Amino acid sequence: MKRNENKEGIKGMANPGRYGIERVSYWLMRITGLGLLAYFIGHIYETSSILSGKAAWDSMLELTQTTQGHVFLTLVIGMCVFHTANGMRLMFAHGGIGVGKPTRPDYPYLPNSQNMKNKLCIYASIGIAALAMMYGLSVLFGE
Amino acid sequence: MTDPQIVEEQSSAESSSSKTVTLRMAKFNPEHDSGTQFVNFQVSYERWTTVLDAILDVKKHLDHSVAVRYSCRQASCGSCGMKINGRPRLACFTKISELNSDVITVEPMNNYPIVRDLVVDLERMFDTHKEMKPFIIREDSEITTNTKEFLQTPEQVEEYIQFANCIKCGLCNSACPTMATDSSFLGPQALTQAYRYVADNRDKGKNERLKIIDDSHGIWRCHFAGSCSQVCPKGVDPAMGIQMLRGHLLGFKK
Repeated sequence: MKRNENKEGIKGMANPGRYGIERVSYWLMRITGLGLLAYFIGHIYETSSILSGKAAWDSMLELTQTTQGHVFLTLVIGMCVFHTANGMRLMFAHGGIGVGKPTRPDYPYLPNSQNMKNKLCIYASIGIAALAMMYGLSVLFGE
Repeated sequence: MTDPQIVEEQSSAESSSSKTVTLRMAKFNPEHDSGTQFVNFQVSYERWTTVLDAILDVKKHLDHSVAVRYSCRQASCGSCGMKINGRPRLACFTKISELNSDVITVEPMNNYPIVRDLVVDLERMFDTHKEMKPFIIREDSEITTNTKEFLQTPEQVEEYIQFANCIKCGLCNSACPTMATDSSFLGPQALTQAYRYVADNRDKGKNERLKIIDDSHGIWRCHFAGSCSQVCPKGVDPAMGIQMLRGHLLGFKK
């Protein structure tokens, strides 16, 4: 008989607030990764339109010149900046750098790996992404 | 004749600030239920009442059929892990008063098959734990003749002692987002135990263990969400152990 493994599944990721900013960062990293992958595929589709001639290319470019196109590009800027900045933090952490040193744990057992440096890096990544999005908005809607 | 001192103590206990909370308990028997049902119980509690106390109160007075696993009642045996208000915790180590809620929802831990009600099957966790060879590997031994005990400095002990505190309660595996979607993932408990022995300078089995965890469903599936460390009731910090272990695989650590 197949047993119900009681897996939380994707809905476990959809509620990142239960475990603090680190879980939010994990969630954002996955979402932005998938978003950038979708953008990459769309980008290849968009640029390949040039093979159908200048008119096809121009009509494709017009899509990005609309309000919705600008909002979409602003989101891409935010996703790209957050994924890059947080990715750099994770690259170091995955090598065991910046995750603290093992010690004898004392109650209330605050984990060293969730230290202030890591938290600050996550907040900084979100902040830089927000600033980049604001800059993108000002450029795209500025004139 | 009744001792007046005892009578006085009993009456003072009755007049203490006992409050009432709703215990919303998951009930599910895989043998004849199609899905989980939640049953509400009103239980009174004091400042010091744990969630386990409340569950046992329900079992004793309101519903004898409640299935719950527990033993030590002091966060040492790791038996009473369950999801309390959406987060994996030990029932014996969680006071109702600290949850700041009028409704306490207790469910079985995620990512483990349900045996009944609040009891889950931890067999796979113990299997992956054993897979990590949780013992010192070396050719000589402390108990053979002409050898002495393997001395360690306090600094050498500090390298691994934190990870040796694991009580195998399984809360980390339940909180892990990778475990939530990947049935083959080794899980934070097993990976941390691999690091516990890799970091022990008496052990010579580092390469054997690194070979086991260097798998598509092994250490590379950890994305450092850190939830395992946040729910660990013993301060083991599995997220740190796993990143340190990956540092060994990537050559950052020796």
